[in-house]
Amino acid sequence: MTCDEAEVMLHALIDNELDAGHARDIEAHAAQCARCASQLAAYRDLRNSLQGGSLGYTAPLSLRRSIDRAVPSPAMASRRTLLKGFAAGSLMSAAAAASVAFVIVREDRDQRILGEAISAHLRSLQADHLTDVLSTDQHTVKPWFNGRIDLAPPVIDLTAQGFTLVGGRLDFIDGKPVAAIVYRRRVHVINLFVAQGQGLALPAPRTEIVQGFNIRRWSEQGLNLLAVSDLNSEELEEFGTKFEQAFRATRTG
Amino acid sequence: MAYEGGGDRGKAERFRSAALPYLDDVYTLARYLLRNTADAQDAAQECYLRAFRHFETFRGGPIKPWLLAILRNVCRAEYARRGALAGILDSLDDAKETAEGLWDEAGHSPETETLQKLDSEAMQRLITQLPDAFREAIVLREINDLSYREIADITGAPVGTVMSRLARARAMLRAAWLAEGNRS
Repeated sequence: MTCDEAEVMLHALIDNELDAGHARDIEAHAAQCARCASQLAAYRDLRNSLQGGSLGYTAPLSLRRSIDRAVPSPAMASRRTLLKGFAAGSLMSAAAAASVAFVIVREDRDQRILGEAISAHLRSLQADHLTDVLSTDQHTVKPWFNGRIDLAPPVIDLTAQGFTLVGGRLDFIDGKPVAAIVYRRRVHVINLFVAQGQGLALPAPRTEIVQGFNIRRWSEQGLNLLAVSDLNSEELEEFGTKFEQAFRATRTG
Repeated sequence: MAYEGGGDRGKAERFRSAALPYLDDVYTLARYLLRNTADAQDAAQECYLRAFRHFETFRGGPIKPWLLAILRNVCRAEYARRGALAGILDSLDDAKETAEGLWDEAGHSPETETLQKLDSEAMQRLITQLPDAFREAIVLREINDLSYREIADITGAPVGTVMSRLARARAMLRAAWLAEGNRS
């Protein structure tokens, strides 16, 4: 081995990148060449000081946080997928509309209301949009709507039935203010929208899946009620039934 | 329509647990390659966004070299932007020429001379002053702790080139260190 070869190869030796054969060659060369031996020692020395020192940098906490925020969190991931689903959903309803030979204005409006209800539900899930009045007490939430909307929404505590009252909020659907009463079951939020019936009463409760959400609609005492949630349809149906029972009880009682 | 979130959610979680532990490594390389804090932070952020976007293409094995390869691409884009901005391309060819001169200089420096103790900050500064290709090689080897093979894959250079770049980088670093000692 020549000194020129050794000069480069000795780096592979100190980096433990040489097989035993080549390592022996270098060491044999260094044993009889003082210059290469001192080079080897010098670079081992340098390497030790590099490894011993703390030459890395620590990522600032703000960077770590901002990356963490940018990578979808479990909650965000599902919401984003749902938003993607929105496009597909409206395509599908358009296709459904086309396959029916006639489109009546009311059904059209129906679709729009469903779409707006889902938008309102999604908006409410964004930080700090869920409630205007935050209370688990129905006697706090109900009076809050006084003077804010021209109806007295039924605010019913269903905690005993497994649906926790979270609060209330004013929202807009179909260009009109509606009362939104917010419930929670485990991690699922239920938005119950309450609007004036205006002759659009539904003969019977209807549960449907729109754009990945379960929606239950029904009419009661001149009010139209619409519950939106990512809760499964059985439990949303249970919510509707429990709510109806309690609503009727408040009226008779 | 049913939820399709399961896959995405799983992907995000797998990505977090696999990639986030190497943020310091990614940031360190970005700091050395770009030589300033703000650009390094931007590059690291961009690296993780790209990595997440292309996480499906990651074929297993150690994830650190994969992340650093992405970071290197981000940094090269930044070099190009800076080059276009300043009209000076900080290219590897320039670095080679500079290195040639320093290499000779280092060859003639007395090997017996002992190196003074330097604090990490001074050492970081000396490494930062090395030309691009050599700085990159020595940071990947000594600080990111990658093998020659991994460095070769990341930089697209043959293993032999990696070895000679490292040899030069160390020679330059040693020369700069000795000069530092003589100055003080």
